[in-house]
Amino acid sequence: MAYSATAESHDHHDHRPAGLWRWLSTTNHKDIGTLYLIFACVMFFVGGAMAMAIRLELFKPGLQFLDPAFFNSLTTVHALAMIFGAVMPAWVGLANWMIPLQVGAPDMALPRMNNFSFWLLPFAFTLLLLGFFVPGGAPAGGWTLYPPLVLQGGDSFPLAVFAIHLMGASSIMGAINVIVTIMNMRAPGMTLLRMPLFVWTWLITAYLLIAVMPVLAGAVTMLLTDHFFGTSFFSASGGGDPVMFQHVFWFFGHPEVYILILPAFGIVSEVIPTFSRKPLFGYEAMVYATASIAFLSFIVWAHHMFTVGMPLAGELFFMLSTMLIAIPTGVKIFNWSATMWRGSISFEPPMLFCLAFLFLFSIGGFSGLMLAIAPADFQYQDTYFVVAHFHYVLVPGSIFTIMAGVYYWLPKWTGHMYSMTLAKWHFWLSAIFVNVLFFPQHFLGLAGMPRRIPDYATQFADWNMVSSIGGFGFGISQLLFPYIIIKCIRGGEKATAQVWEGAHGLEWELPSPTPYHTWEVAPSIAVIHHGAEHWTDDEDEA
Amino acid sequence: MNMKKLATAVAAVAVALASPAAFAAWTLNMTPGITAISRRIYDLHMIMYWWCVVIAIFVFGWMIYSLVRFRKSQGAVPDTKLVHNTKAEIIWTVLPVLILIIMAVPATRTLIETDDASKSELTIRITGYQWKWGYQYVDSGVEVLSTLDRASNAARQLGSGIDPTTVPNYLLNVDHPLVVPAGVKVRLLITAQDVIHAWWVPALAIKKDAIPGYVNEAWFKIDTDKTGLYRGQCAELCGRDHGFMPIVIDVRSKADFEAWLKTRQAMQRPAEPQSTTAATAGAQAAPAG
Repeated sequence: MAYSATAESHDHHDHRPAGLWRWLSTTNHKDIGTLYLIFACVMFFVGGAMAMAIRLELFKPGLQFLDPAFFNSLTTVHALAMIFGAVMPAWVGLANWMIPLQVGAPDMALPRMNNFSFWLLPFAFTLLLLGFFVPGGAPAGGWTLYPPLVLQGGDSFPLAVFAIHLMGASSIMGAINVIVTIMNMRAPGMTLLRMPLFVWTWLITAYLLIAVMPVLAGAVTMLLTDHFFGTSFFSASGGGDPVMFQHVFWFFGHPEVYILILPAFGIVSEVIPTFSRKPLFGYEAMVYATASIAFLSFIVWAHHMFTVGMPLAGELFFMLSTMLIAIPTGVKIFNWSATMWRGSISFEPPMLFCLAFLFLFSIGGFSGLMLAIAPADFQYQDTYFVVAHFHYVLVPGSIFTIMAGVYYWLPKWTGHMYSMTLAKWHFWLSAIFVNVLFFPQHFLGLAGMPRRIPDYATQFADWNMVSSIGGFGFGISQLLFPYIIIKCIRGGEKATAQVWEGAHGLEWELPSPTPYHTWEVAPSIAVIHHGAEHWTDDEDEA
Repeated sequence: MNMKKLATAVAAVAVALASPAAFAAWTLNMTPGITAISRRIYDLHMIMYWWCVVIAIFVFGWMIYSLVRFRKSQGAVPDTKLVHNTKAEIIWTVLPVLILIIMAVPATRTLIETDDASKSELTIRITGYQWKWGYQYVDSGVEVLSTLDRASNAARQLGSGIDPTTVPNYLLNVDHPLVVPAGVKVRLLITAQDVIHAWWVPALAIKKDAIPGYVNEAWFKIDTDKTGLYRGQCAELCGRDHGFMPIVIDVRSKADFEAWLKTRQAMQRPAEPQSTTAATAGAQAAPAG
């Protein structure tokens, strides 16, 4: 169809430097997307290796392998690596790859900044991980960096602060790029309400990033000056307030958790219609629900702090506002269910990961609702119940949907189909082990096991052993993921342009693999409508 | 006499406490606890749990039905016109609002109740240190410093070779428990000396952060028939030995408690003078010997 115009024009532009220099100097959104995704995958295994060490130590009571201080470093850096190193860069990588393809733009709006925002990341994580090799060991005060504890850190403390500054700068630049691209580079006819939901959810995510990453930067800068320059922002003995840090941190931190999950909603909203062979149910409701969640994320932060001793009115406000989040989230779950209703469903790997998301993210949502109830939270707070909750929303929530996205678009990127059998093995092993890993942690938390402890009382032994077995199984299963991807890059059955029978949208109008440059000539309005009619309420028939 | 009391208490607890976490492995649920508030919180938790179960049955049931009924492999034909249903959308927006209101009412009531520490008869100041707890009975000046017991401490060293299952109450035992009376409204004033800790006893459903520069308030009134030992832990990451600063409360009848307090007061009198100057500093110094 209309891509042919671009297919002819792109060939003679298809020059690029070879070798390493190509990757260092690239301004191509696809190359940068690939770099982000590779980086995310590496950090997923770095963070995962730390999780394996944690589960190994917790396999049975008693300290067998790790010093408690090193254990604390592992939990801290595991979180930072997974949040800032794996999940966020994976989303930015998918955004880089897909947003220009999906809105009919030739590239991201600010390609050089795009390159810069990626190449900050390896430096940021080198600084962070360098912490393991300096006196005092890696940061061990938890990823939440609460003072005064974080100020007791050794030489790794300033390294971690600078690493966070770099990650923040990278994220902000990535977010600006996404917003400018979506706002200015959409093909004519690609109106806002014709955009695929992955684009919509990313647009909203990008605004969240710009709003809160500077807040985090400010908070860690104040920590830095408290530590080195004699200020007392967070030190009670100098007239400061340690609780203030928590308010500032969670004002960043709560939108941050939506930054990690909103793009996931976008992927699910694309994959489920594709494999149900039916347009998305309630497209506009999905957009508005996403925006409401983003808005609410700014006014619920202190539900992370129900035990700090807030005034009653504060506790009540944050409890009730948190409960409200269930409404737009419920709308989303119902819309996805309604999309499958009277569809024609098949179970390819992207769909399987999204289905696991539907069930397991909902479980995370249920425990989230329970955690919102402030008096009950007095019992849950800082226990393994919380650990189970946020791993349910982040692993089968964010990480499964990242995998769904990769399995969805990989044939488009590489031009090859991957091994469906192996990918289904990857799915089933992941889906089973993730539950063996995290479900028992609900029981541990309710039975009274605090989080962030390297050793525990013997009555927690049984479920910890089960959880560790699940952890090892989950960790080993993930090795299939890069194997499947590398195998697919090297060859395989040729992928068609549409790849999936039910796939619609601009990216599927392009050949597989996508040429190095795409949409240099904008897609025609007819093509845009042809795709968009599969998710919006457009009446036009292309 | 002290030890004998403790021994009987331990023996009683071995029987009475068999239900909560202390001796049961494979524990699945929260303890209902030993105060009216802790039971209300437990009930709240269970109400929320059952709501979640009901909603899950409905939502997951719907999804599973679709996944089975509308399989392409079974020849399902998609209804591509089904992208809106105003009635359904209103229902699944309004119904959750109603359910949330139903949930919020008991939650709000319980929250208000936990907040009211007025009319307490006894005040105890709790101070978190890296990594032990200091307790001060404000009116009588009695002070107790509570650290991990020796047996646990020996076993928990890296590569100690001691099997934790041979240590009674491994990591949940202290040298000096916090002795409290049953049937008396006790107010806790919680603070910390160095970094943030959190004082948590599941049986009381109290978890309150101990923050340097802040004095947080909490209260409990234990049922008169719930004497015995109850255990908890620090619940806010506080450094290297965060996992090794447990809390044990020894709940005694009012008469037994008062007798204990008198004895402690008498024991402490010679070392008294300096402890009146600074409450927290005193707690650190006094009972170490």
